[in-house]
Amino acid sequence: MSESQIEADETVDARGAACPGPLMDLIGKIRDVDAGTVVLLLSDNEQSRTDVPEWAEEAGNELLAVEERDDHYGFYVEKS
Amino acid sequence: MTEEIVIVGGGTGGTVLANDLADRLEPELDAGDVRITLVNDDPDHVYKPVWLYVPFGQREPDDGRRRLRSLVDDAVDVRIDRVTDIDTDAQQLRYHEGDEPIDYDYLVLATGSTLAPEEIPGLAESGHDYYSEAGSEALREELLSFTEGKLVLSVIGTPHMCPAAPLEFVFMADDWFRERGLREDVDITYTYPIQRVHGNPHIAEWARPLMDERGIEVETFFNADAVDPDAQTLSSMEGTELDYDLLVSIPPHRGVDQIAEAGLGDKGWVDVDRHTLEATGAQNVYALGDTADTGVPNAGSVAHYQAGVVGQRLASEVHGRPATATYDGKTLCFIETGMDSASFVEFDYENPPSPAPPSQKLHWSKLGYNEAYWLTARGLL
Repeated sequence: MSESQIEADETVDARGAACPGPLMDLIGKIRDVDAGTVVLLLSDNEQSRTDVPEWAEEAGNELLAVEERDDHYGFYVEKS
Repeated sequence: MTEEIVIVGGGTGGTVLANDLADRLEPELDAGDVRITLVNDDPDHVYKPVWLYVPFGQREPDDGRRRLRSLVDDAVDVRIDRVTDIDTDAQQLRYHEGDEPIDYDYLVLATGSTLAPEEIPGLAESGHDYYSEAGSEALREELLSFTEGKLVLSVIGTPHMCPAAPLEFVFMADDWFRERGLREDVDITYTYPIQRVHGNPHIAEWARPLMDERGIEVETFFNADAVDPDAQTLSSMEGTELDYDLLVSIPPHRGVDQIAEAGLGDKGWVDVDRHTLEATGAQNVYALGDTADTGVPNAGSVAHYQAGVVGQRLASEVHGRPATATYDGKTLCFIETGMDSASFVEFDYENPPSPAPPSQKLHWSKLGYNEAYWLTARGLL
């Protein structure tokens, strides 16, 4: 997906973290925030491209967008 | 002028490092050019892997305790106290039992993990664990009299100490109930936060078929968010609810508050360069073991290997030479697969684990190492 216009309320920078660090960091943040909050996860781990969408669907949270940036990905997830 | 090295935390990492430095810097210590202080809030050093065996009636918590002073080189000052404040700009810290701030030249944070069950409503009241002395003893009381019903092992907090231990517990419980002719009356369910049974995909791929063969039920993508002690149910963020008769959890883990207060990292984990183990947020501060946010398992072997790296780097600094030693992610774990069999893994940042076929020899190797550990703590193994 291309550069998103979505405004994130919270950002989790998990770049450099080994799998499953980025997904666990995202889950930890989602635990802490209220429904409707948009969390941006930054990850440079390829596994996140499948882990994050699978978990978002399983947990009923909405993956609003995935951005491909220079050396990492940005996942926008809204807590349901 | 004496250079002050302060190590906070007398667990595996801090103790191995103190002894390592006492050896590397012996002439400087003898001459009074360097002082090493090891601070711990408990007079005892605690070897936590013993706790896995306590619920099954095989070990006592005291088997994992030795006086810290008995394990540490006499050239090291052991201080039984708590650090209450760290100022990395001034390179000072404060002790609970002390009025004046203390200067340091090098600070090593090895404060480890604490449990935070209160973060999950209902967990502290009704969940059991084997990640603390009191928890393992309380679980023993429940488990020894548990003859039928649903046993749920839920991994709630990650990262947590010893990532293999949840798998070990269900494998051991399965075998233990089988040996006693009770397995048909006991359901065992294992929950994990992501889509597989372990954080490391290679270990997960190895473990899952073993769990299926042995009738251990699995719930993945299960992030527990509440326990109802009256209804005896555990519910997840993903909307799944599990009934239990005996709930064993891996509670959320946290580091110590002083780390976040010092701006060194979130939730008590220090942001570090994962090769040099230097804190990214301050000069002359290292972290190791659970405290260092490297992404590798929170395991004693990791703390042990990292202590060797930090010891070499600090010795280089004291000697005025470039510090070149780096940590390569080396991790080594035995994984119990029953009451008398175990596997073994070894891996690093570049090379993934390949679990060895379970055998009785590996099980005895693990038990043997648990005894030999006291030589590791002394810096001899």
